[in-house]
Amino acid sequence: MSKLNEELIIQPLSRRKFFGYAGLASGLVIAAACNKDDNNSSDGVNLGSDDIGILNYAYALEQLEAAFYTQVIMTQYSGISAAETALLTDIRDHEVAHREFFKNALGNMAIPGLEVNFSSINFGSRDSVLATAKAFEDLGVSAYNGAGKLIKSPDYLVLAGKIVSVEARHAAYIRDLISNGSFADNTVIDVNGLDKSRTPNEVLAIAGTYIKTKINASNLPTS
Amino acid sequence: MNIPNILHEIEKVDPEVYDRMDTRRSALRNFGNLAGKISLAAIPVALGGLFKKSYAGEKGLNDTVVEILNYALTLEYLEAEFYAMGIAKGTALIPAGAPAAAIQTIGGHETAHVNFLRTAITGAGGAPVAKPKFDFSGAKGAGNGPFKDVFTSYALFLAVAQTFEDTGVRAYKGRAAEIVKGGDVLTAALNIHSVEARHAAHIRQMRKANAFGDVKPWITGKDSGIGPSVQASYNGEELTNQAGIEIVNINGKSISANAASEAFDEPLTKAQVLAIVDPFIAP
Repeated sequence: MSKLNEELIIQPLSRRKFFGYAGLASGLVIAAACNKDDNNSSDGVNLGSDDIGILNYAYALEQLEAAFYTQVIMTQYSGISAAETALLTDIRDHEVAHREFFKNALGNMAIPGLEVNFSSINFGSRDSVLATAKAFEDLGVSAYNGAGKLIKSPDYLVLAGKIVSVEARHAAYIRDLISNGSFADNTVIDVNGLDKSRTPNEVLAIAGTYIKTKINASNLPTS
Repeated sequence: MNIPNILHEIEKVDPEVYDRMDTRRSALRNFGNLAGKISLAAIPVALGGLFKKSYAGEKGLNDTVVEILNYALTLEYLEAEFYAMGIAKGTALIPAGAPAAAIQTIGGHETAHVNFLRTAITGAGGAPVAKPKFDFSGAKGAGNGPFKDVFTSYALFLAVAQTFEDTGVRAYKGRAAEIVKGGDVLTAALNIHSVEARHAAHIRQMRKANAFGDVKPWITGKDSGIGPSVQASYNGEELTNQAGIEIVNINGKSISANAASEAFDEPLTKAQVLAIVDPFIAP
């Protein structure tokens, strides 16, 4: 077999032409229906408590991811390959499916659509898009891993489990696009072979850079 | 390690296992606090101690915990030995460079999972079982099964690796419901579960890059990209309806059946997993 065939990475990282996409999506409103106006208060959008709160927390993260990949596909970065377009489109569809699933599962308990802030992302740059995708996917994995023990309903826990492994597959793919073989490197996996988990507060502090809407997670369970 | 499995087995003999875990929230909190202060390598000991504490004074139940931990260990042995044997073949099986490095990474994680579990069993007052004799040809020890060329054919090696990883992801998920409210024990299981999914995604990309199979990092429908010999590991993955909500074209969004199936990985029951791994274990 050819050695070239062994290379998963399509292209070496290189300095790419700046297309001026930076800030394009700033202020983009995520397309999701606002179901309950009273979720909005001076303290921000309240995720709620117990399992509803955790589902809204997941819904918020899926809104962020879906909005990001929707933009990635709408304004594809310079030098994107056919394979990258195909698989990034898959990821967009998965994230949209997750978002809409949570929206429907939550019904009238769903938080409204969040406003995102992608001003720090250069959508014309492969490096910028993939670095952001990596951050979002690793964050998503750690968020679901950390939220698992906060869920009371066995059914919801299984659903979170069905989603988190898909997020981990995304993370591995994106990481390999950036640097082949980094799908599960020691920046995310510890000496016991364990992935990361993060609390909602830790996750929202990181995600907050990209979400303009203020989120109130004060009623989420903590244990 | 399959902690969900373990707690499910415990529940059969101790229906109040979850309540036990729940009423020991302070112990779980202590564990969580402790985890931030002690070295990562010491966590399995603390985990084992947690089990022991939950069942202190109830020897029969603790024995059951250990027995189930050992069952999970057996499954981890399977994966760890598979990669170790492949790596031992060197470049005769796995090309040098990125492929060898990836298999080293994955094999290292599986060995780490074995060690994590063994330490946890010891911490719970039990004795880790010895590694079984495996037959990676899939002939229960006869050595002439459908995968008999697994350590001479790179294509077959990656096909079996993909199947083991995808099956592992589904196996962990299969017991999640029964470990609900399982505190940091659940978290540990989830933290292994997502690593298996990362492995699966990479192995699938390796197969795609070599034109060994037309697969994506995620599972499309119930397609294995391998063949009927491994179909049991993929049946059920084609589900497009989650909790009564149809995902195809949900809310007017253009979501195909393929995308809908890919977006959610499906669990396998213990019985399904046992049937899948049975041919690989010599009696």
